[in-house]
Amino acid sequence: MMLVIVFGASFLAYNLQAYSSNPLSGFAESTAVNKEFLMAKVIRDLQLDVPPPIRYFSWLRGALGFLWGDFNLGLNREDIPVIDLLAQAIPVTIKLVISATILAIVLGISVGMITAIRQYSRFDYVMTFISFLLFSLPIFWVAVLLKEFMAIRFNDFLVNPQISTLTIIIASLFLGLVLAGFAGGTRLQFFLVLAGGAVFTAVTVTFMEFSNWFLEPSLGIFGVSFLALCNAAIVILLISGLESKKGRIAGLGTAVAITALYYPLQLLMSADASFINVVAIFSITISTGLAIGYAVSPIDRRVYTRIGLFTAFLSTFPLIIDRYLREFSDYLASDAVNGRPVPTIGQGKDLLTTKQSENFWISGLDTALHLILPTIALTLISFAGYVRFARGSLLEVLNMDYIRTARAKGLTERTVIVRHGMRNALLPLTTILVNDFAGLLGGAIITEGVFGWKGMGQLFNDAIRGYDMNLFMGVFVLGAFLTVIANLVADLLYGVVDPRIRIRK
Amino acid sequence: MSEKKPSIQADLKENEVRNVNRETLGLSQRQIVVRRFVSHKAAMASLITLIGIVITVFTATGFRLGFGSFGVTIPGWWPFSITDIDPEGAMASVCNGGVTGCPTLDLKPSFIDGDGIQFGMHPFGTDIIGTDYFALVVRGAQQSLMVMVIVSLLGIIVGTILGAIAGFFGGIVDAVLMRITDMFLVTPVILIGAVIGFKFGNLGVVPLALMLGFFSWMGLARFVRTEFLTLREREFVDAARVAGASNRRVIFKHILPNAMGIIIVVGTLLMSSAILIETGLSYLGFGIKPPDVSLGLLISEYQGTFNISPWLFWWPGALIVAIALCVNFIGDGLRDAFDPRQERNISRKDRSNARK
Repeated sequence: MMLVIVFGASFLAYNLQAYSSNPLSGFAESTAVNKEFLMAKVIRDLQLDVPPPIRYFSWLRGALGFLWGDFNLGLNREDIPVIDLLAQAIPVTIKLVISATILAIVLGISVGMITAIRQYSRFDYVMTFISFLLFSLPIFWVAVLLKEFMAIRFNDFLVNPQISTLTIIIASLFLGLVLAGFAGGTRLQFFLVLAGGAVFTAVTVTFMEFSNWFLEPSLGIFGVSFLALCNAAIVILLISGLESKKGRIAGLGTAVAITALYYPLQLLMSADASFINVVAIFSITISTGLAIGYAVSPIDRRVYTRIGLFTAFLSTFPLIIDRYLREFSDYLASDAVNGRPVPTIGQGKDLLTTKQSENFWISGLDTALHLILPTIALTLISFAGYVRFARGSLLEVLNMDYIRTARAKGLTERTVIVRHGMRNALLPLTTILVNDFAGLLGGAIITEGVFGWKGMGQLFNDAIRGYDMNLFMGVFVLGAFLTVIANLVADLLYGVVDPRIRIRK
Repeated sequence: MSEKKPSIQADLKENEVRNVNRETLGLSQRQIVVRRFVSHKAAMASLITLIGIVITVFTATGFRLGFGSFGVTIPGWWPFSITDIDPEGAMASVCNGGVTGCPTLDLKPSFIDGDGIQFGMHPFGTDIIGTDYFALVVRGAQQSLMVMVIVSLLGIIVGTILGAIAGFFGGIVDAVLMRITDMFLVTPVILIGAVIGFKFGNLGVVPLALMLGFFSWMGLARFVRTEFLTLREREFVDAARVAGASNRRVIFKHILPNAMGIIIVVGTLLMSSAILIETGLSYLGFGIKPPDVSLGLLISEYQGTFNISPWLFWWPGALIVAIALCVNFIGDGLRDAFDPRQERNISRKDRSNARK
């Protein structure tokens, strides 16, 4: 069935493209002497004398080749196999969209759920407005603004990193407000959190300014341990509640262990490290977390092991980010960068010396910096959808009878919301997630164009402008297949996560 | 939580239920929906803003009805058109140390900068060669609004018809129609839009919008089908059948009015995505082409001059955002209005509960 759908869609697209493009249009103003000959050559090469609906089948024979092991999407007009071009472009597009997608999902779902829990609060209203606003932004417009304000102004700022007092005050109040909005509570609690958050931000930013942090950033053992403790607190709050003593031991114990591992793990993060080292670091920290969680209590062992696992996993990120940050001053000083680290365009600097490009951390930092702007732009755009969806989904679940039952039997509010509410609210999200991954290709076309990445979007652009039939069909079929497979996976996955729905024969 | 007295709360709840009932007593469904929509402040504000934008945009520079050499041009009240060049006017307005063509719009009252509130000759400034930017932006907005309306109307008509047929008749008809829908659905709109736009972009906005609309009905068709599938099994449909109603009567008199909510809501969302797709395509060069103007085209043309003359970049973007935002808020208001489970009248209690 899937094949039939892709077949129909590709037939449609082939003819649409064939009838709307004219590869000979370039010859209209041509004054070449051998114009006739060149035109005849193009006609012969592209089989333009065959009507498109029939030409489609010669393309289809190659595309169906995977059935008998001879998959062939044809050559593009420069005689490069389309499959090779696609194979080069896919990783680029995935690299571009993956972090933005993950970030948008995590942020969107958490903000959406908080707005649902605090329905009709000011935080809810503000977030609703913001999500509508983000929903209405064209990505190319956001991209230009980001280039101006995030990249160019930030690079200018780095020349002489000094922050005015007014900026510090505004930033602190803003962050305090966000934190307080998240935390909610009575009016007194609200202002306490606001004040605490604002003072903390002000102190941190001032410290960063005076310690020349912006030119030589690093988290250090204190930063890593602080972030690990924060992670532990969030994980404990969500899984066992802060009042559980054993939960606290498991979470905070893991955070302390990560801090203790800070110096030993630096051995694994030398300049000649590779991706395997990162995997090794993650396995060490995660097994530590698991062990601590496991050792805490023989009763409810799974709960505490989970706390250890999640805390360790989340806290490894600061550890690794810290390593990247410590390369920043070297990177900044290098010739290719010349003191302007945030690029507005491109997917990587090829001017780095070989020594630098072989350094896992510097090349990683380079990629990360090139990803910053596209990631922020894509996150802002797709964030809104997740907020709306998660909010609606959780609100619907919280109105269910079983939530009332759970409250009635005396479960704590945390258990009711996390265990009974959030889990069920996440079910319909699986469908959305899978579909979004498939839809990313479409979104990538504009983003790649704006930020000058050479991925699927670029190929597609070339295909249309160059009247390149085979290339066009290659990109198209890949997109169509992704969508079809995503739908199938969504159906199957939904059956797995929701026992009420099983696929009926 | 602890100091609340359950009996009082129960009383309050009962009161509320009674209030809600009294509110909707003796009103038809349409009246209830309209009443709810009108009481949705954000949606009403958006509706008024959108109507304001539409009226301004379509009366200012005037527009052309008809095709080719046939048709009438309705004149507008704005003195400049997109082909008028006014270098003297552009030179007259200088700001930021020598940049010409700055916006003459001044919203600061006279006690701040002494000039007073004024529109001036070119309130949105002029572009590099001295074309009035208000005229350009208005022309672009006309195109975008037209795409929005045509795409959503076409999407609604095709989607409703196909979805209704599939959902009502079921069986083999349903299977075939849904496979066709899937076929269209696996083709990302922007890919198809680019192909279409590359071919039809220079023909003007209407062919482009028609083609885009032809590829954006799928979501609506699915929603309408689901709605028809459930409504078909309801008792009032059985009752109508027993009374001898024909298929046509059942569809148009009994099921369609009940599916109107979902159609209107999804149609509104279609509008806001249509404007974003059109501007995106024009930005990439696949949509409306010069010498005609579109908001996306203006942005792509002037993004490079952001540092020198930022207004060339701000105005078209702000207009896209304003239109899309208004449409989204209206859609939200409509969804609330059509949702019978939605409780309006957020009470003080709800607000204080929200803070717990």
